[in-house]
Amino acid sequence: MLSRTAANLFWMTRHLERAETSARLLDVGQRITLLPNTAEGYQNEWKSLLNASGNAALYAEKHGDVTEEGISEFLFFDRDNPSSVVSSFEKARESGRIVRTALTGQVWDALNTSYQGLRKVERTPRGQLDMAGLTDLVTRNASTVRGAINTTQLRNDGWHFMNLGYGIERADATARILDVKYFVLLPHVEFIGSELDTYQWQVILRSLSAHRAFHWAYGGDITATRVADFLILNGESPRSLITSLYETVWHLEGLGRRYGDGVPAHARDKARELLEKLQTTEIDQIFDDGLHEFLSGIISELAEVTNLIHADYLTGAV
Amino acid sequence: MTYFNEMYDSDGKSVREPYAMLREWVETMPSDLRQMKQAEAEDLFRRIGITFAVYGEGGDPDRLIPFDMMPRVFEQNEWRRLERGIKQRARALNAFLRDVYGRAEILRAGRIPSRLVYQNEAYEKAVVGVVPPRGVYSHIIGTDLVRTGKNEFFVLEDNCRTPSGVSYMLENREIMMRMFPDLFRTNRIEPVDQYPNLLRRTLESVAPSKCKDRPTCVILTPGHFNSAYYEHSFLANLMGVELVEGQDLFVDGEFVYMRTTQGPKRVDVIYRRLDDPYIDPLCFRPDSMLGVPGLMDVYRSGGVSICSAPGAGVADDKAIYTFVPEMVRFYLGEEPILKNVDTWTLWKDDDYKYVMDNLPDLVVKEVHGSGGYGMLVGPKSTKDEIEIFRKKIEANPSNYIAQPTLSLSTAPTFVEEGVAPRHVDLRPFCLCGDRIELVPGGLTRVALREGSLVVNSSQGGGVKDTWVLSE
Repeated sequence: MLSRTAANLFWMTRHLERAETSARLLDVGQRITLLPNTAEGYQNEWKSLLNASGNAALYAEKHGDVTEEGISEFLFFDRDNPSSVVSSFEKARESGRIVRTALTGQVWDALNTSYQGLRKVERTPRGQLDMAGLTDLVTRNASTVRGAINTTQLRNDGWHFMNLGYGIERADATARILDVKYFVLLPHVEFIGSELDTYQWQVILRSLSAHRAFHWAYGGDITATRVADFLILNGESPRSLITSLYETVWHLEGLGRRYGDGVPAHARDKARELLEKLQTTEIDQIFDDGLHEFLSGIISELAEVTNLIHADYLTGAV
Repeated sequence: MTYFNEMYDSDGKSVREPYAMLREWVETMPSDLRQMKQAEAEDLFRRIGITFAVYGEGGDPDRLIPFDMMPRVFEQNEWRRLERGIKQRARALNAFLRDVYGRAEILRAGRIPSRLVYQNEAYEKAVVGVVPPRGVYSHIIGTDLVRTGKNEFFVLEDNCRTPSGVSYMLENREIMMRMFPDLFRTNRIEPVDQYPNLLRRTLESVAPSKCKDRPTCVILTPGHFNSAYYEHSFLANLMGVELVEGQDLFVDGEFVYMRTTQGPKRVDVIYRRLDDPYIDPLCFRPDSMLGVPGLMDVYRSGGVSICSAPGAGVADDKAIYTFVPEMVRFYLGEEPILKNVDTWTLWKDDDYKYVMDNLPDLVVKEVHGSGGYGMLVGPKSTKDEIEIFRKKIEANPSNYIAQPTLSLSTAPTFVEEGVAPRHVDLRPFCLCGDRIELVPGGLTRVALREGSLVVNSSQGGGVKDTWVLSE
């Protein structure tokens, strides 16, 4: 497979997953603003979203004050924000268009139809839009594409690259959404363990479409430890870090087997190492060392895996 | 001016055989069904992703070329004659290219002025003396034809470099078959979907002699911003070959390789959809980022085949065009089956005078222009437009040729009010490798504006499915 084709497949699914994340972040924010709040209003919650998406500086430069409308526009529609839903979807579709030959008709159809639908929404006056509906639209579209990929694509190297994009981006996104909690709580350490705290954790679960799953898995009360455990270390949780990494390793191993020893597999080795680290960690240990520090570490190690994937497969070198 | 309407006999009343069944089909189609089908067709095109971007026009990059559901039909015997004529021309054009990059017998014999060849921009000195595999220079020839009467066909232009439009031929058929299966069940319409296989066979048949195994073919595209990118990816997909950009290829030693996830892989045949000046910055334009540095060295030493061969463009130049019938006689010893349109070349004094005296009746084109730009359609232009164009010609006469305004045939076409005649042309795609092949069909372009003779999609043209009825 052409290196450029593989790169486009990998980034196509990463951007699809990223579009979904931005939509979910927006949803988290909106749910958080429904909470009873402090005198400062919802400023902190919205700012925390920006910090989690890694684009606070860009927002400040463009919009200045943090407002609900400003943030919604920024996270959803703004083409200057490289991670906005529309930017991400557009990039995914562009990558898909470039590698049309590597996609089945169904996948292209799903991707293209979703994109056209989004463009239509983009042209609608904002006042007429239901923001919660937008998140649903994006997750639904993203699921359609994912479903088409997994039911119609050949199980070849291209399929591995697509799933790698999903795996790594999902791990990254879960880490970032969990980190929102850190940013929300940062100025209000005294809230830890309070009712408000519990409610915020619940919101995070909901935003990952995981609140029902959580109850099936744990039952009982929502506590910080359990939620973090569910989203980081629980191998049954579909969006947990450990599941995302497990899948990433599985696909990297698939590539390794397919390509044989002649092709370097540093990315696979690095991802295995990261997975093993998660498999031997306890949730209490993570909280003792600091959740934010742990998550930041994961995010940078995921970036390292991506770099190695590029070096191993995407440059076409010997 | 009267026009040949392909639907009717010369009396203008009785419907010609190939259209008889279509007339019934149209007359019994309720108008709401028609509108529904038209919407369905547009939806299919958009979903498949066939869109067309026109350079410099701005606007929606995802614009669709209008598709007319009314097919254009040829009888078997009409088609056989066209086919013989097109293949004959293709053989002559390739013989001409072999000749002008070799001993140039046709120039020595004085049949074509040397100046027109050697001073032609498309003549590549870099490939003089290089004979590509099987002596084929132009592997895909798109011959633009117009019809003026029952048995009157004229060649407007030979496209020997990288003619586009074949994806429309294939997709128009797919969509028609999907929407109106009954039409295909009740009529015997020759298929066109073997084209991608034939193209692949053609490319493989011209692999360089250094290639010992099954050749690896690729399509080289300028990239996804190119207006024909859809076609490039569509063909690559149907042929099962990689679609590469210049950055995916590199030269190492005497071969060309593509960058793959498993390291470098050798490439034997490149079907390039990139013009000569861009394919190799070391040989042609140094500022081109689209090509492959060193490609021409590999080509010249027989390490890779390039389709069409660099330099093939000299055969389809509008100035050379006037000599194609001469080529047929000179190389093949045959009489041309298809006629050329009379052409006045403005660098000749007599022709210049005639053209300037008769501008309102003529079509004037730039020698190197394409896409319907930079041309004057005398009878459709205002006095002011003609005078403005006259100044352009005066400034640089040798840049222009002129032709009489042809009475282009019309074919029945769906319009707002029902069905009406609209002018059409035809581009079949001829493949040249170890054999010469022509699928029975082509791209019919239709000028959708009433009375318009310009069929280019950038100027209000649409497309139709083109049928050849089998015996």
